[in-house]
Amino acid sequence: MIDDGFRLMPEQASTLAPSVDLLYYFLLSVSTFFTVLIAVLIVYFSIKYRRGNQQVDRSKGEDHSLWLEVLWMVVPLLISMAIFAWGASLYYSEYRPPDDAIEIRGVGKQWMWKFQHPSGQREINDLHVPLGYPVKLTLISEDVIHSFFVPAFRTKRDVVPGRYTNCWFEATRTGTFHLFCAEYCGTNHSRMIGRVIVMEPAEYERWLANSNMQESPLAAGKRLYEEFRCVTCHRPEGATGRCPPLEGLFGRDVKLVDGTTVPADETYLRESILRPAAKVVAGFEPLMPSYEGQISEEQLIYLITYIKSLAKP
Amino acid sequence: MTAALDRPTSVSPESVSLPKRHYLNSGYTVRSWLFTTDHKRIALLYLVSITAFFVLGGIAATLVRLDLMTPQADLVRSETYNKLFTAHGVIMIFFFLVPSIPAVMGNFLVPLMLGARDLAFPRLNLLSWYVYMVGGVFTLYALLAGGVDTGWTFYAPYSSTYSNTYVMATAVGIFITGFSSILTGLNFIVTIHKMRAPGQVWFRLPLFIWSIYATSIIMVLGTPVLAITLVLVGLERLLGLGIFDPRLGGDPILFQHLFWFYSHPAVYIMILPSMGVVSEIIPCFCRKRPFGYEFIGFSSFAIAAFSFLVWGHHLFVSGQSIYAGLVFSMLSYLVAIPSAVKVFNWTATLHKGSISFDTPMLYALGFVGLFTMGGLTGLFVAALAVDVHVHDTYFIVAHFHYIMVGGAVMGYLGAIHFWWPKMTGRLYPEGWARLSAILIFVGFNLTFFPQYILGYLGMPRRYHIYPPEFQVLNVMSSAGASILGVGYLFPLTYLIWSLFYGKVASANPWRAAGLEWQTPSPPPTENFARTPVVRHEAYDYPAIDNQQVEEGLR
Amino acid sequence: MTIDSHTHVESPLAHQFDDLEQQRAAADLGMWLFLATELMFFAGLFLTYFLYRLNDEAAFAAASHHLDVVWGTVNTAVLLTSSLTVAISVHAAQSRDQRKLTQLLAATIGLGTLFVAIKGWEYHGKYQHGLMPLMGLPFRWDVDSTRPGAELFYDLYYVMTGVHLLHMVIGLGLMLVLLVKAMRGGLLGDFATPVRMIGLYWHFVDVIWVFLFPLLYLIGAHP
Repeated sequence: MIDDGFRLMPEQASTLAPSVDLLYYFLLSVSTFFTVLIAVLIVYFSIKYRRGNQQVDRSKGEDHSLWLEVLWMVVPLLISMAIFAWGASLYYSEYRPPDDAIEIRGVGKQWMWKFQHPSGQREINDLHVPLGYPVKLTLISEDVIHSFFVPAFRTKRDVVPGRYTNCWFEATRTGTFHLFCAEYCGTNHSRMIGRVIVMEPAEYERWLANSNMQESPLAAGKRLYEEFRCVTCHRPEGATGRCPPLEGLFGRDVKLVDGTTVPADETYLRESILRPAAKVVAGFEPLMPSYEGQISEEQLIYLITYIKSLAKP
Repeated sequence: MTAALDRPTSVSPESVSLPKRHYLNSGYTVRSWLFTTDHKRIALLYLVSITAFFVLGGIAATLVRLDLMTPQADLVRSETYNKLFTAHGVIMIFFFLVPSIPAVMGNFLVPLMLGARDLAFPRLNLLSWYVYMVGGVFTLYALLAGGVDTGWTFYAPYSSTYSNTYVMATAVGIFITGFSSILTGLNFIVTIHKMRAPGQVWFRLPLFIWSIYATSIIMVLGTPVLAITLVLVGLERLLGLGIFDPRLGGDPILFQHLFWFYSHPAVYIMILPSMGVVSEIIPCFCRKRPFGYEFIGFSSFAIAAFSFLVWGHHLFVSGQSIYAGLVFSMLSYLVAIPSAVKVFNWTATLHKGSISFDTPMLYALGFVGLFTMGGLTGLFVAALAVDVHVHDTYFIVAHFHYIMVGGAVMGYLGAIHFWWPKMTGRLYPEGWARLSAILIFVGFNLTFFPQYILGYLGMPRRYHIYPPEFQVLNVMSSAGASILGVGYLFPLTYLIWSLFYGKVASANPWRAAGLEWQTPSPPPTENFARTPVVRHEAYDYPAIDNQQVEEGLR
Repeated sequence: MTIDSHTHVESPLAHQFDDLEQQRAAADLGMWLFLATELMFFAGLFLTYFLYRLNDEAAFAAASHHLDVVWGTVNTAVLLTSSLTVAISVHAAQSRDQRKLTQLLAATIGLGTLFVAIKGWEYHGKYQHGLMPLMGLPFRWDVDSTRPGAELFYDLYYVMTGVHLLHMVIGLGLMLVLLVKAMRGGLLGDFATPVRMIGLYWHFVDVIWVFLFPLLYLIGAHP
């Protein structure tokens, strides 16, 4: 069950949480220091220099001081640049998943979360993850913008229609935690909530085995690849096809007809299926039809998973 | 006795009487108000209209806070709740905060402070009020016809495709009102450049003028970008365009870039004028020149300039590139520097002053405290990793309310109290005014401080129902809101009361520097009997006090 | 100097100004600020266009190929000529030449109307060819691979030229007001400021077209 006792700080349940909290505590002390400083000065001056107090010396009241101005420009600048660097380095690692992460796909729609594990298990509004393993989420929305937010992990990522976004985390505590949609998405925004359930790895394996197994994304992708007859044009390397071969494509840089190169990532693959003429590979004609409107977000994910698998011999 | 001697008006109020001829009695017909080109009368037209909108926005906020007393949905349905917070945001931002100090106080004071007879374009000024009202009518229509549920941020594709509420009417209303803001800003810039009295050089200008000038630049350059963004959303709904539609290769994130290009600077449209007000009030009640006049002045321009470079900090979790996030985070910290400069300079002004605690001063000191807290929590949300956690939570809600209510509204109330004698020729009851200033300060903190904690705990904003562990803090917040609400009712009551029964004010009840105090209260239609010539730097309080000692307190 | 002494004749000087020079400078600054506002308004559109064009160059180029360069060029010429008539009309107003002023204002209105008419004709042609994907109208685009991008191009084309056209219509309305005033003998000499101000606006709208035309019609259209 979710711990619903009163507290002032959220639970720490990911490797990231303690480091974000540390920065938060630092910010809290900086802010407290300056708030108290200003408050004490205001109260002190207000009492000492109140109009009724005729005893106090008011001569030589300054109205400018260059060194003071420089001081209170440089000190805040230095402090804030330190905060910037600290926050930036955490952010940088936060959005760059490790290579060995378990890849889970998530699709947001009004008003539910759909997740699918690499071996095919699907769940709605629940997300089961193993303790101590990095988990990478690849997220996309079917309609409006949502946002995947797990306070206990200190992680959040907008879930946008039309492009994939990623985030990752490594859970450090077993238990059940809130999953919120943080981007306003319509009437039942506040009901688009779910649970993240962190389990011991062995227990997670058991859960995977007991869940009703469905076709894995890879198998579904291979099936779709045949159903859509992609193979008639995208021939394996060696055979002459009218379209670029997909073997070994994923992760490479692709040279385009206009001379530029793009990395063949998930977003590129997605765009090339839906709007094939946007980025045509050098040496090929823009022959491929658009699959816009004929393929669902989940089918796209399957196809891309399959194309990704072609990269690994 | 000293206190009484210090305030000449309280010695013998009977000796002061209203001037025979002033801008208020130059005509009593409705026509004389609706077709006036007098900047002072237009200021009052704005005052009445934005107060009405403030009450409306406040009612929406009250209902929201009432509903959040319990975790369940027990007062209204989710559709209604979403419309309520949208109404609150749209009304408070576009129809109260943006026009508040510029359109009311700026309109009233800019020509007076410059020693001019009116703004450069009086008819344009009247037009801007009409434009504002037409925009307001559209928005009110949208609210009455059924409301709009997109949030004041109108994020595509929810606003452009999915919402089936009155998005069009609201967008048209805000679009139209934007022109009012542009025309006001344009009028101020031209007036400040071209219509200063002889001797009123830039470095003798009151700091309020500097801040209004910086605000006007943002209004003129930022607002049109919001306008075109709303046009695109509107056309997308009306004609079925696909500019933000991912199916055509359109990008909903582009909407956010365009929207925040205006809406982040817009925050400074709301706060900069308040900073100007505080820079007027503190020197007056300290009887001192402001510490670091040039630094306070230029920091307004620095804030205006930086404000155009930081919009991307609203998109740290949106999927914009990591590197863009890094750049925008660093630039965001630059805004902290001129803000800190102001706070330190205001505090230093108190040093060796002769401080009295009349109502405007209470609001000004309250402003400094609350703005400091709002500004410092800005450091939290500009720090990338912390922002990822607090983004779209109540931490953000608390942060911007500290700036826009703790900052902007405190400044606005301070301004109203400071210049009320000048605007109406009447004094308000000081005791009640001080009491309500303190009530507002306490109520405000009780309302919004718990929201910082709620936000870091992870409660997302715009949540109608929420997990039960957040209830205690929500109840605290709602309790504070009731104190705040009562605090706001006081000035509304006693200021209207003072119009009829308040003591008559002298031309300069605060013995303040500044040209606006050298003409009768209320001023005549042409502002000054003779065009004033400025021979002194601004805020020459020591000279004023010495002179009055010599004159033996007239 | 009091206001009352001037009530018997209409003064070119408004009461809030000290002299004509101050009034003129204020009007100029105000108008330039307004044009800065307008520039930011269009800048949002241009930015959107650039970003989307970069993202889908092929579809944009293909879609742009279907615009009518001949009519576009004619319209550019019409608009540039109208800027010339406006420029001379400002001079005519300042040198108190009422006949020339009315003639030139009329010519400007004629040219502006011609521009609007040609634009309308172009829109009509697009409508007939099924290149108007608005309000649920069919979008007849036979190349499947560039279809979404081409639709986006036409969306932007209609927004950008439409917003420009709206500015043209507003400009025509203003010119019409000027023409009526000029025919009644106003707007001459010290009263010429409105001609100069609306003239500046007209030039601005013209310059926007000078950027719209190559962006929409020319680049990438004819490799």
